[in-house]
Amino acid sequence: MTQLAAFAAELLAGRIKVIDLTQTLSPEFPTIALPPEFGQCAPFRLEEISRYDSRGPAWYWNNFSCGEHTGTHFDAPIHWVSGKDLANNTTDTIPAQNFIAPACVIDCAREAAANADFVLTVAVIEAWEAKHGRIPAGNWVFLRTDWSKKSGAAYANLQADGAHTPGPDPEAVRFLVEQRDVLGFGVETIGTDAGQAHHFTPPYPAHFYMHGKGRYGLQCLANLDRLPPTGALIVSPPLKIKGGSGSPLRVLALVAS
Amino acid sequence: MTAKLPPPQRKNPLLPTRQPLLPPSSRSRTALGLTAAAAEGRFALQVCADCGAVQYPPREACHACLGANLPWREVPAGGALIAETTVRITADPYFRQRTPWRTGIVALDCGPSVVAHLHGDVVPDGRVRMTLRLDKSGQGVMLALPGQDTPDMQDDRQMREMTCDPKGRRVLVTDGRNAFGQAMARAFIDVGAAGVFVGVADAWKPFPGQDKLAGEVVPLDITDTDSVHRLAASLGGRVEILVNTALHVRPGGILDRRDTVTAREEMEATYFGPMRLAQAFGPVLRSRGADGTHPACAWVNILSAYALAPTPTFGAFAATQAAALSLAHSLRAELRPLRVVNALVGPLDDEWHQAVPPPKVAPAALAASVLRALRDGIEDLAVGDIAQDLLARWKDNPTTLARELAAG
Ligand SMILES: [Zn+2]
Repeated sequence: MTQLAAFAAELLAGRIKVIDLTQTLSPEFPTIALPPEFGQCAPFRLEEISRYDSRGPAWYWNNFSCGEHTGTHFDAPIHWVSGKDLANNTTDTIPAQNFIAPACVIDCAREAAANADFVLTVAVIEAWEAKHGRIPAGNWVFLRTDWSKKSGAAYANLQADGAHTPGPDPEAVRFLVEQRDVLGFGVETIGTDAGQAHHFTPPYPAHFYMHGKGRYGLQCLANLDRLPPTGALIVSPPLKIKGGSGSPLRVLALVAS
Repeated sequence: MTAKLPPPQRKNPLLPTRQPLLPPSSRSRTALGLTAAAAEGRFALQVCADCGAVQYPPREACHACLGANLPWREVPAGGALIAETTVRITADPYFRQRTPWRTGIVALDCGPSVVAHLHGDVVPDGRVRMTLRLDKSGQGVMLALPGQDTPDMQDDRQMREMTCDPKGRRVLVTDGRNAFGQAMARAFIDVGAAGVFVGVADAWKPFPGQDKLAGEVVPLDITDTDSVHRLAASLGGRVEILVNTALHVRPGGILDRRDTVTAREEMEATYFGPMRLAQAFGPVLRSRGADGTHPACAWVNILSAYALAPTPTFGAFAATQAAALSLAHSLRAELRPLRVVNALVGPLDDEWHQAVPPPKVAPAALAASVLRALRDGIEDLAVGDIAQDLLARWKDNPTTLARELAAG
């Protein structure tokens, strides 16, 4: 039996579970809030073309519109200015091999519940490694905060001084990219960076360092609480948008039961 | 004296709803001058430029000197009732629903005698104040009011066919996220609306004034078709006045934008938004246009006066306003017997007009103007000095106005 046939048999037997890490694309789902004088990411919208009616008697279908960074979405390196000149930095040129990769899940749900501005540090990563082993090269690192269980205003958590949501500090991102050679960084919040990361140096370090080194981002993930600390295999191909900076996508995790 | 109108009673669900019929509507192009004046709440008739004779009914040649130059001018509105009659039987379906109906002949101080609908407090041989009003067909008709105001005169049955008094009616203000929607909601509550629903989009995003918002907050995002239809399904049959306060103002001409992203957002909010509202709420409002003592009666659009001709510094925005104004004109034809009120505003006193010098339109001033228009049955109004000036210049010569504004 080949390895793939064995894998398929495990999948069919239900011993490999498929977990959906995706939020439903809906008009109400918050998008990133920028000052209104900046260009804005379009929210998800659905316009019905026909629904078994005079516009199309036997069929139902819609047009939809949204931004590349709406809902659960993938960030390509070209999204950030630090990654703008890299090779294979767009959704259509990233090697397909990179769309399937294992993930390490760092559970900071308790810390994020206590502090919306919780910051992932190198110390937290090293403590995780002491328990679960060194993060292997080419892995996703997912920050579990259980933020996806919130909705609406609590999820966006916008205050007068901006969003307050957890994320990594600059040193933690550099450590993951330079010391651990990760494939990318995934979060449950609207951005890979903390809500207040525009006050960090550099601003938005997860975007700056990850994309500057050609790594990827996954945002608005869900169900990270159903993943083991190691061993989940992530399937996350973005839409093949020509020159795209990212795309909404379905993110699946394969987990051995 | 006019009897005070009691608040609306709950409907007997076993009785069919009165159909929204229209009074006779065909008019000659000349006679539409009455309609244009009525829409603005002016009492205007043709006045001969040669001999000064006031004309009625509207005509092509002066009744006194046969002169052909008969511009519409505001004329003194006083007069005396010289004959009256009460219609009890008629073949017209609209008036059959509404008999008895009082009409009379009024000798105007300015000359002609006219046939008019009579307010209930007009007494035989008494002095009257003549007004031009829009009827349920949207046509200009004469309504004679008593010489002096009387208590509760707003509640007169015949007059109410020509006005949209918010008292006792339920109002949907579509956007409570901005100060203008908030002031509008507050104003409707203050004049005794039976209910004020205030739409709020993106409830996850805090906004100024949120804590003081008057009225019942309902989720509504007019850029989201599903949101509009969901609200119409729950609220459509319980709204008599809809006021679209969704504003999406962004400065910028055509070239300095570099893309169509912002323009698309503007079109979504300014043009597709009202279209969605009309498709979702229009049919049910129209169907309730003669329902009970407080039928659905008005659809209010807040539009920039630059819909008439653009100012280049807000060029992209002005284009969306022109589209919205055109949409509103079509809605008039489709929504009768509802009144489609277009409130043209000058620059608003908001964060998007920081660089624009006063005078600017304040939220409370806009709300007061809209309320006055509804109570007086006005369909076309310009709010604030700048809008009134633009409208006057546009009426004088639209091409010249466009050139003037383009010259900066
Ligand atoms: Zn004459």
